[in-house]
Amino acid sequence: MKHDISLAVRRFIGENFMFRDDGDAITHDASLLDAGIIDSTGVLELVCFLESSFGIEVHDEEMLPENLDSIRAISAYVSRKLESRKIELVA
Amino acid sequence: MCGIAGFFALTPRTLAPRGVLERMVEAVRHRGPDDAGVYLDRRAGLGHRRLSIIDLAGGKQPLATADEKLWVTFNGEIFNYVELTKELTARGRQFRTRSDTETILHAYAEYGPACVESFNGDFAYAIWDRERQRLVMARDRMGVRPLYYTVHDGVLVFASEVKSLFLYPGLRAELDPLGLDQCFTFWSPLAPRTAFKGVHELPPGHQLIAEHGTLKVQPYWKLRFPARGERSRADADAIGEQVEALLADATRIRMRADVPVGAYLSGGFDSSVTTALAKGYNEGLRTFSLEFESPELDESAYQRTLVEALGTDHSSLRCKGGDIAAAFEQVIRHTERPVLRAAPAALYLLARQVRDHGFKVVLTGEGADEVFGGYDIFKEALVRRFWARQPNSKWRPLLLRRLYPYLGGLQSQPARYLEAFFRTGLAAGDDPLFSHLPRFALTRRISQFYSGDLRRAINGYDPLEDLRSTLPPEFGSWHPLSRAQYLETGCLLPGYILSSQGDRVAMAHAVEGRFPFLDHRVVELGAALPPAMKVKGLREKYVLRRALGRHLPRAIVERPKQPYRAPDSESFLHAGAPGYVDALLAPEAIGRAGYFEPRAVRRLVDKCRNPLGPVSAGDNMAFIGILSTQLLHSCYVQALI
Repeated sequence: MKHDISLAVRRFIGENFMFRDDGDAITHDASLLDAGIIDSTGVLELVCFLESSFGIEVHDEEMLPENLDSIRAISAYVSRKLESRKIELVA
Repeated sequence: MCGIAGFFALTPRTLAPRGVLERMVEAVRHRGPDDAGVYLDRRAGLGHRRLSIIDLAGGKQPLATADEKLWVTFNGEIFNYVELTKELTARGRQFRTRSDTETILHAYAEYGPACVESFNGDFAYAIWDRERQRLVMARDRMGVRPLYYTVHDGVLVFASEVKSLFLYPGLRAELDPLGLDQCFTFWSPLAPRTAFKGVHELPPGHQLIAEHGTLKVQPYWKLRFPARGERSRADADAIGEQVEALLADATRIRMRADVPVGAYLSGGFDSSVTTALAKGYNEGLRTFSLEFESPELDESAYQRTLVEALGTDHSSLRCKGGDIAAAFEQVIRHTERPVLRAAPAALYLLARQVRDHGFKVVLTGEGADEVFGGYDIFKEALVRRFWARQPNSKWRPLLLRRLYPYLGGLQSQPARYLEAFFRTGLAAGDDPLFSHLPRFALTRRISQFYSGDLRRAINGYDPLEDLRSTLPPEFGSWHPLSRAQYLETGCLLPGYILSSQGDRVAMAHAVEGRFPFLDHRVVELGAALPPAMKVKGLREKYVLRRALGRHLPRAIVERPKQPYRAPDSESFLHAGAPGYVDALLAPEAIGRAGYFEPRAVRRLVDKCRNPLGPVSAGDNMAFIGILSTQLLHSCYVQALI
């Protein structure tokens, strides 16, 4: 599951910010800000993508580089959100 | 105001025939629809298209001295020609016309090429000195009027616009990879480089002397700032009086014309100042403005406030997205370089409106931001420098929220991301380009679309290093604000503001813009002012507001800075967009032109067409930059549609 998230995120970043077929050029841990891949308003696009693709809601206080600045961080963040939603549903 | 063209054999040889000169001049007919003239002898050819503004009956060009030893073809205005004429008459020179053109000839006869230092104006001219067999070309200090040249087969070929040069036998257009790379960094090529290979732009404040088979290009004026700590104590009231008196005089001499002078009124502070001052010299002043459908871009409420307060006779044009796209093809034919914003098209439409109302001359407020410290990039640099002293500070970067209030996308970013964006180059406090590094980095994102061929042609060229190498030796001793002003005045002002948004789109309709804030006396005074008289805290144009604000409604004086903007990619991606948009952005057309990667461009276009949120500044710039490059190629190099 985590692998699928990471693939989808990599593909989105590759196509939308690097305008390539894939995001192979970025490593899993590379900072998207430091590499200049996400521009001044790019994070808003990324959030829209995560919300519409994974059905999660990104709260303002979660819009942090810790959650969104690398493919690994994004995948982990989305997994946590999906996990907590599953727990909420079960409860 | 006019268009010029010509050629000069560096060493005696057979020149192109008269018909070539006539065609070169005809190519800039839009700059001067009122009259035309050419002069040709065995060594030189001078051509002229005239827009009659001063001495309607006597100002025909090319003009010669009575002995026909000196000939001139001239584009622009020498605003202090009245004073110069008196001075030269007192020295025994006899004038045959009332035109400023004749002043150039007599001043040259009296002082030689150094005469240029006595001119206060916006000009580009070529003087053919038959006796010395010397051609002298010069361009105004700030770069208001254009002048291009190339050397082909021992002949210097020159013109107001590049398009004339390609009519000279043997010359053909090819885009310059380094010129494009500069455009996609600084928003325009930096003179002498242009978007065309082998074509040079005479830099602002320079003259070119061609004699004895060689060309010498040299500056006659340089923008300089005092070293840090050189200033005396500032008295804001005394400085304010000085600024007002000088601006009033700069406006007064810019009202000189034998046709009515109007004014652009954007609703911002700067054009309000020029309008208020001009009103003092012309009670029935006509003003012109644009309105936009988007509330984020529209300034019509401010325009109405001003018209009411100043009592001008006002006309406004409502600009729709479709208008921008419909005009853009012609706009790029005139700018002769790629652009990164749609705003030049809006100003093209505004100039057309002015012309439709029968006006040939307008005053504008351009230059105030460069001279008196109005741009947000100046405040941005000061905040970043303040932050860099304590890079871990949590509250210092919060000041960035007070910048760019008109950029909704930027304002809606989470604080940590806003901080991350402006952190670009934060550690590079010693870099002379410190103030501009975030802007250059954002603009250079367009390079990710470059094709393999374009990358190979650029071959590792670094435009930032190139710019650093041209800075004056004393640059480092200046205050950081002065350094930022110097970069802005040298990069964006002549190549973009005064050209793509200025001369080229106004003269497309034979409309002459005049800029009181760019009178060199005002520029020199602004440079000498203490930085705190320009940006005080985070208040821009402090002394200007203090001195001139009393002539204007409070709402105008206190409103934050808003640059002229127009809808960008959205102007081209609606159902009724003209056919050239899809045709030029199609993968085959992108591949044929060869500058960009077709698949990457496809993705960008799809993204701008179906955005997940507001289209980012970087994507908008890339879209407009790519589309305008395709148009430029199709217009001048090889038709793509």
